[in-house]
Amino acid sequence: MNAIETKGLTKRYEGFTLDGLDLTLPAGCIMGLVGENGAGKSTTIRLLLGLTKPDAGTAAVLGAPVGPDMRAVKQDIGVVLDDVGYPVSLRADQIGKIMAAAYKNWDQGLFEKYLRDLDIPTDKKFSALSRGNKMKLGIAAAMSHDAKLLILDEPTGGLDPVVRDEVVDLFSDFTRDPAKSILISSHIVSDLEKLCDYIAFLHKGKLLLCEEKDRLLEEYGLVQCAQEQLAELAPGAVLGRRETPYHIEALVRRDAVPAGMEVRPVTIEELFVLLVKEDKQ
Amino acid sequence: MTIFIDNKSGAPIYEQIAAQLKAQIISGELGEDELLPSIRSLAKDLRISVITTKRAYDELEREGFLYTVAGKGSFVAPKNVELLREENLKKLESLLAEVSHLAASCGLTKQDILDMIDIMEEGDDI
Repeated sequence: MNAIETKGLTKRYEGFTLDGLDLTLPAGCIMGLVGENGAGKSTTIRLLLGLTKPDAGTAAVLGAPVGPDMRAVKQDIGVVLDDVGYPVSLRADQIGKIMAAAYKNWDQGLFEKYLRDLDIPTDKKFSALSRGNKMKLGIAAAMSHDAKLLILDEPTGGLDPVVRDEVVDLFSDFTRDPAKSILISSHIVSDLEKLCDYIAFLHKGKLLLCEEKDRLLEEYGLVQCAQEQLAELAPGAVLGRRETPYHIEALVRRDAVPAGMEVRPVTIEELFVLLVKEDKQ
Repeated sequence: MTIFIDNKSGAPIYEQIAAQLKAQIISGELGEDELLPSIRSLAKDLRISVITTKRAYDELEREGFLYTVAGKGSFVAPKNVELLREENLKKLESLLAEVSHLAASCGLTKQDILDMIDIMEEGDDI
């Protein structure tokens, strides 16, 4: 079964269209959504949660079509949106009580363990928590009701590098169970590179690329060369470039460059930046 | 069991894992019929993709270094002399390819190389 499946998912806003998104996340896997501001990441997530209606296309989450009847399936989805919203006057332990009433599989012991492990203060009102602590609280709550799917919008924003690393580990451990999957969007591409099985690039409302992460890293690479050398490469070999007066750094398909040329590994972040830059030109 | 992952080497991660497991199977560090970690737990422990780990195991299985029992996991295959020989032949071939490449680049003939081997072997006898 696929944890997420969309076909031709389309949403039009004034000045922005999410255009015919086809996305498949197999169960047990982690998919990272990468895209610039306004690329359509949050729109995609809102559509998947049924928070907004598509203009065309379909989406199914955990096998159930997204729509008004998704109450039951929402029990199995853990959500963290970039703006974690809980009643401002409640403390973390009180929020736990509300969640226990909302989710039939709420695990109070597990929630308390996350509160301890992530050093989330339980004696402060939600409004008095730092942005990082609010985010951590949201993550702890999303992971404490035995969800089958986590949908996370920028969950590592506002966290320091050490906590981000801990959180990435938590997400990774979550999918030790082959029935559990994660869809995660982030600007911090290095986090996604560590975590994900699949990477989907969104750009201006369109899906630029959706591929197994390690395949991307295997298929593409960077070469540094002079302008003339670049011109000798096969058409289609070069997918992006960064020019300086002295050399060109080019994103290439490894199988399309001559054997003698030194190709160095590319990171997901460089891959995305160079692809988008090329599109701009 | 020790496995290193080098993200900067440019060698595909599944190849890195397959090569290291293969080396440990050949050296006997991983014994016959030993249970290997599950694909998922190995992936999560190494913080790499499940798909990549599966590809490494699939390759080792295809080459006969491990076998899978449905519902139980993957195990080290019994040592196969034929397979080890094949593995060593492959290694020899790739080394010889390098030799002939190097020889060509400095203008040595096949006879020069054969002479070199003779001289080396004579040296061993002394």
